[in-house]
Amino acid sequence: MIVSSALMIWKGLMVVTGSESPIVVVLSGSMEPAFHRGDLLFLTNYQDDPIRVGEIVVFKVEGRDIPIVHRVLKLHEKRNGTVKFVTKGDNNSVDDRGLYAPGQQWLTKKDVVGRARGFLPYVGMVTIYMNEYPKFKYAVLVCLGLYVLVHRE
Amino acid sequence: MHSLLSRGNAILAYTLSVLACLTFLCFLSTLFVDYRTNSTINTVKVIVKSVPDFSASRERSDLGFLIFDLQANLTHLFNWNVKQLFLYLTAEYSTPNNILSQVVIWDKIILRGENAVLDFKSMNTKYYFWDDGNGLKGNQNVTLTLSWNIIPNAGLLPSIFAIGHHSFQFPSDYVQSRV
Repeated sequence: MIVSSALMIWKGLMVVTGSESPIVVVLSGSMEPAFHRGDLLFLTNYQDDPIRVGEIVVFKVEGRDIPIVHRVLKLHEKRNGTVKFVTKGDNNSVDDRGLYAPGQQWLTKKDVVGRARGFLPYVGMVTIYMNEYPKFKYAVLVCLGLYVLVHRE
Repeated sequence: MHSLLSRGNAILAYTLSVLACLTFLCFLSTLFVDYRTNSTINTVKVIVKSVPDFSASRERSDLGFLIFDLQANLTHLFNWNVKQLFLYLTAEYSTPNNILSQVVIWDKIILRGENAVLDFKSMNTKYYFWDDGNGLKGNQNVTLTLSWNIIPNAGLLPSIFAIGHHSFQFPSDYVQSRV
């Protein structure tokens, strides 16, 4: 019941926001001091809404599993509507061309997972701890399980 | 009945819900604030060169150099739900090649509590102003606009354009010598 409703909420958010991953946790310090590790970002990805410079986009690069959250630095739009752009992290001194796939100079719309719209600090720290310390995750699970078993009325 | 565990649990749950509620109220309290304000931009010197762009295509592309003045007072934009302003100066233009090009040539982070009165004279750009091709030479209409992205403590991340922009044109000849 709980699992299925959580799944439904997630899928519903995917439909509403148009993004394949509507909520992401910031994993690196490359956008400090705006975003720190463990902050939560809410994304949208409406296709009609054009990408513009200064927006914070979450994009995937071929060969990297983890999406990157960085800001659009420059952008060129062709007459037929195709857009190419370069990103940069606020805390990095150079643009992201070194992070892209070998030979890749520009990002396009299909690389974008979403655009950051909302911000909530610290909340994602729980998931980071769970991923980095599997023992913590199992401890939490065991505690929850024991609690349910002991407190069943 | 009231074991240590259940008391702790109650306190923790109550703390978390109060924090969530306060955060949400903080977000609501600044939802309708108007963050626009004035800025004055001026260009002191503008030149354009034709240089191989080794960061991208390796072909000869137009590289613009400009020196600019910038004045704005952003002090009143800060409230209790503004952690940081991310300022960026965008050059926007159109070429036969691209209908819209936007290049950020300068940016600055202002944290709350730092000096938010900008008065820059004869500033160099922070990033190279590369065009995607050769569309800068003789370009008649390049618009500089200051914008800011508001980073809240919790809430939306709006991008705001300043009122006031500056248009300039690039000279119709390349500069050959080193600057």
